[in-house]
Order: sequence, then structure tokens, then C-alpha cells
Amino acid sequence: MGSSTTSNESNDIPCSYIPVPDSPDAAGAAVEPRRQVKGLFVIFCGMLVLISLVAFNGYYRASNNGHEQASLAAALTKIIVEESGSETVPASSRWQQAASRGVSAGVSEKTNRLFSSSNSNGEMYPWNNSMLSWQRTAFHFQPEKNWMNDPNGPLYYKGWYHFFYQYNPNGAIWGDIVWGHAISRDLIHWQHLPLAMVADQWYDKNGVWTGSATILPNGEIIMLYTGSTNESVQVQNLAYPADPSDPLLIDWVKYPSNPVLFPPPGIGATDFRDPTTAWLTSQGKWRITIGSKLNKTGIALVYDTVDFKTYEKIEGLLHAVPKTGMWECVDFFPVSKEVKNGLDTSINGAGVKHVMKVSLDDDRHDYYAIGTYDEKNVKFIADDVKNDVGIGLRYDYGVFYASKTFFDDSKARRVLWGWIGESDAEYADVAKGWASLQGIPRTVALDTKTGSNLLQWPVAEVESLRLRSDEFKDLKAKPGSVVPIDVGTATQLDIVAEFEIEKEELEKVTSESNVDKYNCESSGGAAQRGALGPFGLLVLADDGLSEYTPVYFYVVKGSDGNLKTSFCSDQSRSSVANDVVKKTFGSFVPVLEGEKFSVRILVDHSIVESFAQGGRTTVTSRVYPTRAIYGAARLFLFNNATDVSITASLKVWQMNSAFIRPYNPDQSN
Amino acid sequence: MKTITLFFLIALTSSPSTIHCRTLIIPNDANLIESTCRRTPNYNVCIQSLKSNPASLSADVRGLALIMVKVMASKANDGINIIRELQRSGPSSALNSCAGKYNAILVGDIPQATQALQGGNAKFAESAANDVANEATFCENGFAGRSPITTQNNVMRDVSVVTAAIPSSPTLHHPPPPPSNSLLSFIPSLPTTL
Repeated sequence: MGSSTTSNESNDIPCSYIPVPDSPDAAGAAVEPRRQVKGLFVIFCGMLVLISLVAFNGYYRASNNGHEQASLAAALTKIIVEESGSETVPASSRWQQAASRGVSAGVSEKTNRLFSSSNSNGEMYPWNNSMLSWQRTAFHFQPEKNWMNDPNGPLYYKGWYHFFYQYNPNGAIWGDIVWGHAISRDLIHWQHLPLAMVADQWYDKNGVWTGSATILPNGEIIMLYTGSTNESVQVQNLAYPADPSDPLLIDWVKYPSNPVLFPPPGIGATDFRDPTTAWLTSQGKWRITIGSKLNKTGIALVYDTVDFKTYEKIEGLLHAVPKTGMWECVDFFPVSKEVKNGLDTSINGAGVKHVMKVSLDDDRHDYYAIGTYDEKNVKFIADDVKNDVGIGLRYDYGVFYASKTFFDDSKARRVLWGWIGESDAEYADVAKGWASLQGIPRTVALDTKTGSNLLQWPVAEVESLRLRSDEFKDLKAKPGSVVPIDVGTATQLDIVAEFEIEKEELEKVTSESNVDKYNCESSGGAAQRGALGPFGLLVLADDGLSEYTPVYFYVVKGSDGNLKTSFCSDQSRSSVANDVVKKTFGSFVPVLEGEKFSVRILVDHSIVESFAQGGRTTVTSRVYPTRAIYGAARLFLFNNATDVSITASLKVWQMNSAFIRPYNPDQSN
Repeated sequence: MKTITLFFLIALTSSPSTIHCRTLIIPNDANLIESTCRRTPNYNVCIQSLKSNPASLSADVRGLALIMVKVMASKANDGINIIRELQRSGPSSALNSCAGKYNAILVGDIPQATQALQGGNAKFAESAANDVANEATFCENGFAGRSPITTQNNVMRDVSVVTAAIPSSPTLHHPPPPPSNSLLSFIPSLPTTL
């Protein structure tokens, strides 16, 4: 939105126009003949809120319509044979009854009830308090209530990890944005601190938006962030800790001469936000980049500074990619070609590649490209221009946006934070009083085996939450089978699994002419059977399999005998409720010679985070089951391929809570 | 006299975005409403909604989107009122669910869309408007084919899909705010004889 005029201008019109009223509840004065008296409206709203509270506080019980009659024996050998509709219809379309499959001997058939889509006469599923409160996670960062979005200024200082985030103190929607703050010793056990920054200056009156931290060699912390001014112009501001000797960094000071950067000529007043961590140039200056756009071309502007107070705009652009639209939350950092460790943001040279990452405003996905940083000409050049930033690889193929890395020098690793929004309706967010999570922080490193993608992996500290484990070796799953994995309840799990396709059967499979034909997102999810897939795990499933979330591999054999593998997470059956997202997410994943199909899945109530092949492809999704919750949640192995059996080995840990809570000085950790 | 003419000419050629409604000055291009509405899924609903509000004639794309949000709010108010009327005739789980959904539109989606558009963060406006359409759909579905408020839900959905489409329209590229419009304040006091 390049306009610099504000809506207030319309109120200045004095002559023949009726001024547009400001408040929404007096809206449409010129449109509607009927007017609401404001007081009555408030009373109506209050009464309706009361009615809604009564309604979902258990007054309407969950209905048992069409409940599965499956016995455990039937479930053991259940066939998942429902075909979804045509591929153009989303996976939430009508189910059809199971067809007879005589191939797998001794397998009893099970017909599933019809399940209507939200486009037809959907069974309205009333949410109750029990279902909604189950959705809160045990070990993912989230504030006690209200709305959260982008991660801000992550850093490590004097023994504490600090995390800041976009927060609405007033409700479960985006708005009134300020900076929340939390600390942790280990990136997992968080304690909430008071708000770090609020909208108390003209230059951030309409929002204290996203920013990044730079830690100077002398230990000084610089925070640069975007403010939306009282006239909704996006400017960059400087802030720093009020007391650097306070390891909790509770209080922050805004530089008295803010803003330090205004939108430059030619750049729209609302196309200028999210300054990065700074890196040192060979001339000893600090350099930052800020995303923007020119028409439909996403661009990265460059500024140099010595003191973070005055800046020199560098001519040209660090990078630009046509047709990608506005670049938000740009991130730019080096990765090592030689060692697994992360690198300080200022490192460059031989043995180093650079990563440019952007959040695309137009499609709400995070993209990255690997390339080189030509410091002399201030240019990033992608290794593979066909898969340049914004048109190639994504960090995560599910719900994952506005992500940001920081260099953790205490452990020489680069850590990635990502905002995980909700996939339910606003009604539910308002009812439960909160919205959004952060993903589990991930280490980021170059995949030296492929050289063309990053590897992301949950930070090792998440393993400190592991409680008892169950191990299963060489489980065999024939085509069209579901195998229960007995781990007790299955709402907080860390799963590591490996799969192999029966070699002899694999050789007999006919190859396909178009090995790229499978696409997780337009496929029929786990119900669409192929010769070599899908196979994987059903998480957050109930015993009767009326709700389940498949995380799976789908393999296609090419004419040269090579395999192309997709990795997907299917939300179409995750809930019988009809007001949740039912898409399938995922993408191709490189599987190298000699590698088994491997996956790690973190299940934590309403979030499922899946990592394939050591983190080459990741998918995060939000799910809202109504039955597969609390003690009723289960885990299954499944193989819905038609031509091959698979063998699976897995280890499953129960995960403890991280006990994320407000800071208490009496508790050491 | 030449100086006065010069002032007058400069004022006339200044950026339209800074010029208030004066009978001599051209307002924003009326075709903006039409080109914006053509990019939405329902041209007629868009045109009707915008043209019924005279402010639309001098609004930029963001202003048009804000007007649509106000129309959305007004339709949601209608919806709540109709639901309340119907609830007088007896309890209904579908009606109660609808009340909750329309309430979420009013306390959640509308404020989010308004603030997002005012602040130039369009995607939150788009997702809020999309949610409004969803809430109306879920409300309608709850009656399993026997809805007493189909018309209302359709209107709610039509208006919200139009609203969702506007923020992603290409915006007019406005230059940054001019340093001052002090020149314009001279106009009323200029003598009429030149």
C-alpha cells in the first residue's frame, strides 16, 4: 500500500460531502436507513457475548452423530480407502464409501460415514470449553493470552536468551501492537517479563512493529525496529537497554532523536519495515537491509551507519526479484560450507555462503535462497536464479511466517524463530482468548550433502523435555494398513521414525513418465493412493479414526529408476469440525542414495511440526481435533500405498511441559 | 498581479492528495472506484457499497477499503439484529452459534481490518475480511439447509469477499507527504480580481 495519505483526510472534506464517521458502529450512515443507538448496541454486544459463553460452556454437548463403530480389531486392519473427489476440490470434500479391496488377504473392510464439506450442508460442530482449552500447547512459546505475531530482536546476553514479539495486550486479534518480552536459560523454559516497548511516541503510535538486535563487539545492544507513526508512515527507530548491567533487560530506552530512518524518495510510506541485524563491512561500518517493493518487484534496500543514529543510503539494492511483491522481515546471514556451526552475521569470505530470506506479503510464506554476497558491489547473487528468493525454497511448507534468525555465540549456532498463526476461525480465537504460537527454535545450517538447501532442526534443548520412551523396531505395514503404536496418550510427543520400502516390491513398480507430478497441496492428501505412497504416521488420531493427521511420504519412481519423494502433512481429517483449515501442506524432499525415509515430529496439542531427512523439508501445521484430545489421542503407523509394503522403526518420547509462566525472581530457572 | 497568478497556478497543479474539496479543484479520478471494483469478485456489490458513500469519490484505494470495512460492519450489525429477533421465537443452537460468529466479526475482524488498513499492513485486513466471509458461511451451514437468514449471510459474505480483494489492488503510488500546504491556505484570501 503505497499511499501516504491517511483516512483522516476524508474527514477534512468540508463542502458538499458528508464526513465519514470514524467509529465502525455508526458505520454506513449514508447507506443504512436504520441507525443503531450506540448504547443499545453495546448492550446487544454484551448480551451476545454472554449467550456465546453459555453456549459453549457445555450447554451443547458434542454430538455423537455418525460415531465410528470400529472395534480395536477392525481398526488394526482398517483400510483407508476413501477416495476424495476430483483433485480440484479441496480434501475436505465428500467422502465415499470404501470399495472392496481383495488384494490384502485377511483384511476386513470398514466403511466410513459420509463427511460433508463446509461448502454443503455441513454438520455444525459446536466448540466447547474442553476442546478449546486443550488447544493450548505444553512446550511452545505463547503468552498467557491474547494475540502474538512476528518474533522480534532475539538475542543472548549475560546468560539469558531474550525473546521479544509482536503482541496485542487488548485482544486475540492483530492490533494495538507492542513488544512482549520473555527470557529463558535454554530456549525452551520461558518466563514472561513486562512489555519491553509500548506505543508511547508519535513515531510508533500506530504500532511498535518488528525489529532486530545487533550486539556490538563491546557487548552493547542495539535494537532497531519499525514504528508506524501517528500518520501511519513506516519509520525506523533505535532503542537500547536502559540498564546494560541488568541481565533481564527489563527496561528499554528509545533514542530521543528517533526516527533514525524515513522512507526514502521513491519508496511508499507503508512499504518500509523490518530492519535486519547489522553486519560489519570491510570498511568498518555497520550495514543493514530493509525490505520494500517497487511496483511488484520485491527489493532489499541497504543502509550503512557508524553509530546507528545517522545512516547513509547505499545506492542500488542488495537484491531484487520481480513479481514477488513486498518483502517483509528480510533476513541476511552467512552459513559455513565447512563446519556445522553457525556464523556471526559479519563473517564473509571463502568457505562461506550467504542466505537471503524474505517473508512475502502477498502469499504469507517465508522463502530463502543460498548464494554469495559480493561485498564490493553490495549485491547478493543466488546460486540458482531459477529458485531465487521468493520463487524457490521455503523454510517451511506449512504455517510459518515472519521468521528471523540470530547468532547464538554461546553455542556457536544460528537459531531460527518463526511465527505460527492459527488455522481456525476468529470466533474460536475470541472464545479461547488467544491466538498464535512460536515454532520451537531451530538451528539453521547449510546442508553440505546437497549444497542447495538449508537444514533446520529443533534445538537440542527440547530433548530435555523427553520423559519415558517407547521403541518399535521393524514394524511391517502392508499396503492399505493401519498399525496402532501403543504409547499411551499422544498429545505431547517427540517422534523419530525411519521407513524403508520393500526392495523387491519397489523394483517391480512401474515407473512414471512425469516424476514431478505429485504435489502435496493439490493432492487428495493421505487418501489418494499411489504405488509407492502415501505412508507415514497418523498423529492426533482417535481410536475410531474419525479424526487424524497424516504426516507422510509419497514416492514416485521415474523412468530412470530414480525416486522423487514428497513430504506432506494432511489436515483434511484432523477434525470433524468444519470451521478449520483442511489443507494438505508439503513439498519435495531430497532423499540421497542410501538414505532411509526419516522424519522427526513434535506433537504438542494444536501444533504439529515435522522435519524430513534431517530437516531438509519441514512442515508446521495447526490442528483442532474435537475427539482426538486429552486421553483419547493416539498414534498410528499407516501405509496407503497400493504396491509396496513398508518397514518402520520408531522411537517415541512423551514430552514434559516447559512450564512457561511469568517471571518469578525466587525461582532460579 | 503576476505573483497572485503564479500562486494560483502553483496551487492548481499541486498534488491532488493534499487538496481538500474546493469547487475549483479536481477530486481523485472517479475511475478509481470502477477499476478497483473490477478487481473484486463482485463488481456490483462493490460499486453499490462504495457509491452509496460520497467519501468514496475522493478516497484512494486504502480509503475505499476502509469504506468497505464500514459497510461490512453495518451488515454485521444488521445480522446481529436479525438473529436477536429470531432468537425471541425460541432457543436454537444454530442461531446461538451464529450470534457468536457475528459477534466475532464485530469485536474481532472489523477492528483488525480497520487498524490494519489505517496502518498500511494490508494482509491483516485481508485475512480479517476473509474470516468474515467464513464466519457467515459457517453460520449458514449450521442450519443444514433450513436457514432463516440466508439472505443476510449472503450479503455478509458478498461484502466481505469484496473487502478482502481491495487491499491487494495495486495502489496509486503517492509521493511522500509534502513538506507543507501553507500555499493552499492563501487561496481563500486571494482577491477575486486578478
